[in-house]
Amino acid sequence: MPKPNFATMLRTTRNAAALLVCILREIFDENSYARFLARTDRASSTEAYAEFIHQEAHISERRPRCC
Amino acid sequence: MNRLLRFFVWTLVAILGAAAFATIALRRSEPISALWIVTAAVCTYSIAYRFYSRFIAMRVLLLNARRATPSERLDNGRDFVPTNKWVVFGHHFAAIAGPGPLVGPVLAAQFGYLPGVLWILVGSVFGGCVQDFVVLLFSVRRDGKSLTEMAREEISPLGGSVAFIAVITIIIILLGAIGLIVVNALKGSPWGTFTIAATIPIALFMGFYLRRIRPGKVIEASLMGFILVMLSIWGGQWISHSPYASWFSFSGITLCFALIVYGFAASALPVWLLLAPRDYLSTFVKLGTISILALGILISRPTLHMPALTQFIDGSGPVFAGSIFPFALITIACGAISGFHSLISSGTTPKLVQRETETRMIGYGAMIAESFVAIMAVIAACVLDPGVYFAVNSPAGIVGASAVAATHTISSWGFAVTPAQMSDLARAVGEQSLFNRTGGAPAFALGMAHIFSRTIGGTALLGIWYHFAIMFEALFILTTLDAGTRVGRFMLQDGLGRIWKPLGRTSWYPSILLTSGIIVSLWGYFLYAGVRDPLGGINSVWPLFGIANQLLAIVALCVSTTILIKSGKTRYMAVTLVPLFVLVSITFTAAYHKVLNPNPRIGFLAHAHQIAASATAGASRLAFNDRLDAFITTILVALVFLVVAESARVWFQVLSGRRKPSLHESPFIPSQLAPEEM
Repeated sequence: MPKPNFATMLRTTRNAAALLVCILREIFDENSYARFLARTDRASSTEAYAEFIHQEAHISERRPRCC
Repeated sequence: MNRLLRFFVWTLVAILGAAAFATIALRRSEPISALWIVTAAVCTYSIAYRFYSRFIAMRVLLLNARRATPSERLDNGRDFVPTNKWVVFGHHFAAIAGPGPLVGPVLAAQFGYLPGVLWILVGSVFGGCVQDFVVLLFSVRRDGKSLTEMAREEISPLGGSVAFIAVITIIIILLGAIGLIVVNALKGSPWGTFTIAATIPIALFMGFYLRRIRPGKVIEASLMGFILVMLSIWGGQWISHSPYASWFSFSGITLCFALIVYGFAASALPVWLLLAPRDYLSTFVKLGTISILALGILISRPTLHMPALTQFIDGSGPVFAGSIFPFALITIACGAISGFHSLISSGTTPKLVQRETETRMIGYGAMIAESFVAIMAVIAACVLDPGVYFAVNSPAGIVGASAVAATHTISSWGFAVTPAQMSDLARAVGEQSLFNRTGGAPAFALGMAHIFSRTIGGTALLGIWYHFAIMFEALFILTTLDAGTRVGRFMLQDGLGRIWKPLGRTSWYPSILLTSGIIVSLWGYFLYAGVRDPLGGINSVWPLFGIANQLLAIVALCVSTTILIKSGKTRYMAVTLVPLFVLVSITFTAAYHKVLNPNPRIGFLAHAHQIAASATAGASRLAFNDRLDAFITTILVALVFLVVAESARVWFQVLSGRRKPSLHESPFIPSQLAPEEM
């Protein structure tokens, strides 16, 4: 079994942190907004976010929260 | 060599788990460390995940990484999006984790810690995890279809209609039950009420911030919201000792109406204004608090003071009446198996799954995490002195209204507690009284504060930790309440739209107001009845919720078993059929007792009869509430019995060759994604 060196550990930690941020961004709909911006080829703005909320409302409004 | 090493490691895990189980089950003479329960749980989960879920994945469901999932085939960048499995896991867990696994196990701790721990572990690995996993996979293979759609297609249209009615009824009962928990936690508590009231302007601020100041920066806004909530907890301490305390000190009835008004507003207002930011804030607090509670237990290694079993296993418990079977299992509900999860597993999650093979980790794995939350709730309840636990959780109608009467009654059961001890504890956490705070939330908050204060701050911070825990529970109960009201409203609009089309238009304001009003009135009625109930409400509302929730799990397991049989997996149908059989036994027995048991503390009809014959004020209304509860329980059981009978008919026809099995799966399309090892 190869010995883990400092660089490997650093890379693993960095990957884990990136994954954690990605999970949080997905849970908090930031990724969803980024996909919306990419899909509509727009930059982030109050108008773009308002449209995003309007378009996504039918999904988020019907998302049940469990007991 | 590797194989030998693996065998050695898993044998060690099994031995360690068996030793932990032996300790928690057999050591009766002295208090035990909570770490034994954690060890038993971790070993059980590890073995169940490694062996049982793998068996289901490879032999029963035949997961195929080369089969394209709907997220890949129907990728639209919106609801169908191929997503990393860990991200979907986090998303799924955040959706399934609710107040149920915190409250149910705390209430069931009246039987001692052993029944709760055993059912949470056994029920989850053989029931809840299997249900979540199997329903998720079957939904993935059907383009992310919902449970009701799958029931309609695979069983019969009747199955689909019954599932629809069961879902909407469960939502209503659930909202009434969790609303009652908030009311009981906040009545006469200016500190708690101020903190929770403050979350409304904080959420509005977050909505404004996201919309106008930094569009889309949700994590940033949630972090700011969290800091403001922490400041409000700190400020609440000052409010509770100031002349303004009376502004935030309400009776149960006032809080009940405040919640009803709040629920209506949250359902009718635009989602971005209140619901979405609250949801973000609640998720942020929920994930953080669950993580630090796990850390707190590991660091402080608390001792359990509750015995393994109490005398209340005979059904005479003060927290709720009913014997250990089936009431411990009904009360724990979501911590072991939750029918509601099948809605999430056939809702958002299947549309995000990248590969079929990942459903094992997401479905089975996330339920293991939820089950561990329930284990932490048992620990939090059982670290309290049993006398304190019963003083907090017992209604005045059982133990007496005065401190002297209550402590005398509880001490006579063998759980010593004094008025001075309760008064000191109330002062330490900044409350006027901790007696008769039924519902489980205050007891959980006390246990959590006890664990946290052993790690940080000692008794000086007990009040802060207690109100942090109350805020944490109330915040995500209210989030479930407003999201549930809105979901119920949409379901009602879908149904009414078939009668008169304009009522089905979700953006038509008269329809929004009407349907919001109907849903809020329905759960508001249960809440009001619970608040007025002389036995504290939880005694009737929580078992009703537990029965309804488990009945939905029966529907989910009927759908799963039907699909397994139709797929030619009869050999393995016990995987879903055994939990189905167990759940039918539990829920039908519980329903029978709740309706027909001659003990007025258990049976709705016996209680109605007793109260109608008494001279109690409002006797006819209280008796009506009991009869209504009995009627709803009977209807729910009858409907679910129809689903079971309808499913059994399909199984018989398929197994006897009288019917050609026809599955409604999407066709196999090879995935373009690189396969990943299972």
